[in-house]
Amino acid sequence: MLAYFNALIDPNMVFLRYALFAGLLAAPAFGIIGTYVVAKRMTYLAGAIAHCVLGGIGAALYCQVHFGLLWLTPMLGAIVTAIAAALIIGLISQHSRERVDSVIGAIWVLGMAAGIIFIAKTPGYIDPMSYLFGNILMITAQDLITIATLDVIVIGLGVLSYNRMIAACFDEEFARLRGIKTELYTLLLLCLTALTIVLMVRVVGIVMVIALFTLPAATASHFSARLWQMMLIATLLGMVSVAGGLSLSYVLDLPSGPTIVMLSGFFYLLVIIGKGLKSRLG
Amino acid sequence: MFIVQFSSKTHFLLPDTPLKPIQLPPPSAIPVIQCDQLCFSYGEIPILTDVSFTIQRLDAIALVGPNGGGKSTLLKLILGLLTPQSGTIRVLGTTPHLARPKIGYMPQHLQYDPSFPVSVMDVVLMGRASSMGLWRYSAKDRRIAHETMAELAVDDLADRSFNSLSGGQRQRILIARALVCEPEILLLDEPTANVDPAAHLQFFEILKELAHRVTVLTVSHDLGFVSQVVGRVFCVNHQVRIHPTTELTGEVIREMYGGDVRMVIHDQCCSERGHSHAGLL
Repeated sequence: MLAYFNALIDPNMVFLRYALFAGLLAAPAFGIIGTYVVAKRMTYLAGAIAHCVLGGIGAALYCQVHFGLLWLTPMLGAIVTAIAAALIIGLISQHSRERVDSVIGAIWVLGMAAGIIFIAKTPGYIDPMSYLFGNILMITAQDLITIATLDVIVIGLGVLSYNRMIAACFDEEFARLRGIKTELYTLLLLCLTALTIVLMVRVVGIVMVIALFTLPAATASHFSARLWQMMLIATLLGMVSVAGGLSLSYVLDLPSGPTIVMLSGFFYLLVIIGKGLKSRLG
Repeated sequence: MFIVQFSSKTHFLLPDTPLKPIQLPPPSAIPVIQCDQLCFSYGEIPILTDVSFTIQRLDAIALVGPNGGGKSTLLKLILGLLTPQSGTIRVLGTTPHLARPKIGYMPQHLQYDPSFPVSVMDVVLMGRASSMGLWRYSAKDRRIAHETMAELAVDDLADRSFNSLSGGQRQRILIARALVCEPEILLLDEPTANVDPAAHLQFFEILKELAHRVTVLTVSHDLGFVSQVVGRVFCVNHQVRIHPTTELTGEVIREMYGGDVRMVIHDQCCSERGHSHAGLL
């Protein structure tokens, strides 16, 4: 474990520091938005947005190589795609009679398929695995700035809309009668979900990003009687999972994304099993 | 066949309890709710046809009728959640949409997730969402919420989790939520569904109090109780027929529920296992 702390301050191991900063920065956004996602039971929806992001990453890489659009970074492609997917799902569920879960499923697979096709048609070696399962070696200082900016947006809007959001999540019809624009707040929540997903795609990858969303919040829900308590505990659990997972992965030489996810899953199982034992014994 | 349940006594059969006289509206007031030849259908299925009525300030009205007869639909039209295909509806002299801030509403089914973590205070404050500033409730909002809860004798529940409450407590919290916007009209959609008999009685005491200061429309299957509080009964079964409570007879009830009705009289004492039918056993 000491080796890990030495590595953290080693100037040649800058990626490890970046990964830790990225994780700690993203944890509050995951705690806040993950709590809404868990409380409103939209995990499947968040999963669709996350997977769809591969389409944007692939398209950005393709455009960079083929059209020389160097400003179109994979991160930017991911943000645009995530927001677009969130808006499409939100608007269709509000204004169309199409089954929402079919739309969600379609966006999930179409995004991934488009991403794989774009990556296959982009010359040079790009490993889709590093996007799917995360690769902390890819995190740059530029990414940290993007993550911090998105973080401020997500936390700011999350706090400002807290009271209206719980009213809209708890009883949408009543909230609408009290003048809350519930459709707008649903779209806002979806967009914040999209931005939060992009925050951690680099570290844990699109397939597992959903774990950081739901596992800390679901664990926290067992200790919280209020939504804000759930957000706070989920944030702390997220930070512990990222910091602990990174150090474990370094010490045991394991891939970092899966280790972080396994650790947060371990906390969740521990709480469920503990609760089950307690209710059986007591 | 509908079975109409009357708690306590059926006043139609035993009209010895004094009935509340109809309240006369002040002549100059604008009607609180005015419907004129209202028609509404879900797709091809007509729900309400040619509904016209006028409700004055401090009228207390019970909506009765069979399930699917259009009671909840009528409330949603008054709230502007649904738009009529034809006819007009005016609430407080304006459109239902614009009148919303002045309407308190308690829905029939709370689409409520029992694992959603909110406090009772959070739920009551939702009733004041329209007066919220940029992001938080003011001290005044909280004061009104506390006062309303105190009035309904549930102030001590403020810090509890909403999902830890009993059905009767939850019902009163939802009434408090409907009242904190300081409404002129209170719409209650089957407020006594799923509550125990004691809570039922308390509710009618509360309703009596409220009827003095707001115009109340309540959906109820419980005419026995509600007829002591309201002045008029609206029978909603695709059309709306209006009866002052003084006129309620078995004949009228039969008409309301569309014919085949059995009344259950609750003033008899039975064993816990029910009646014994001599000769059958």
